[in-house]
Amino acid sequence: MIALYTLMEGVIAFFLIAGSIFALIGSLGLTRMKDFYMRLHGPSKISTLGVGCVLLASITYFSLLDGGPSLRELLITIFLFITAPVSAHMLSKSALHQKLARDPRTRGDPEEFQEDHEHSVEEAPQGDSKLP
Amino acid sequence: MIRPRKWLPMPLLSVLLLIVWLLLMNSIALGHWLLGGFLAIVIPLITEPFWEAQPRIKRPWLMVRYFFRVLIDIVIANLEASKVILDPRGRARPAFVEYPLELQENFAITMLASTITLTPGTVSAHLRMDGKTLLIHVLDVGDIDDMKRHIHERYERPLKEIFEC
Repeated sequence: MIALYTLMEGVIAFFLIAGSIFALIGSLGLTRMKDFYMRLHGPSKISTLGVGCVLLASITYFSLLDGGPSLRELLITIFLFITAPVSAHMLSKSALHQKLARDPRTRGDPEEFQEDHEHSVEEAPQGDSKLP
Repeated sequence: MIRPRKWLPMPLLSVLLLIVWLLLMNSIALGHWLLGGFLAIVIPLITEPFWEAQPRIKRPWLMVRYFFRVLIDIVIANLEASKVILDPRGRARPAFVEYPLELQENFAITMLASTITLTPGTVSAHLRMDGKTLLIHVLDVGDIDDMKRHIHERYERPLKEIFEC
């Protein structure tokens, strides 16, 4: 019986440390990457796995402690999987809208980056003209 | 496959609500099944007018396979992204890729975009207004066409099978 607890302690510790390392790497990505779009990758993906590992540790710990499966943490994982991509998408969408500078090595030149003169401020409808 | 009925307009949402309720309560006592089941039937009935038309899921078991595939890919994605971030020489090869969509249903496109964000080195950045092109930012890519093919084979085709056959 003691052996089981020692083993489970090891498993929990492993998940906790793995989760923390992933969270650390994700945060490192924020400082090490060159432009906004590359920085987005760290938090949107790596933090998911980091939090996932911590939650796995939590599930194991409380299942062992309460003597029954404790699956509440699964909900957090599900919500994270739903919300992380959406927020990343919104962030990059607004970055594209503002035409934030890219790293010069970035390949591909989507039309979102090209200047569109139709909607520039100077030519926007002025005065009493109706909103488009 | 479960068919939508008048008193059960969105079977999938109902099942999800019941599961969420049981997980929140952290118990599978009969009372929670009853209360959760009640909520799972009443909430979709009340909120039905707000929802977009739900796509029919034709092959649920493919969905399960897709879920586990994505789960494994998320782990691989994390390891790869960590490698790029920790690379001391910082030799990432970022790129913007325009991905032509074949999916048409909004929900399926959402699923694909979310999957792309969660999996190796890619963030879906923008869905053009015409709903036919997805702009993807890639952290580190060698062959762009190869990557497009990979996304198509691995994610878009299964989604297409699940939703539209």
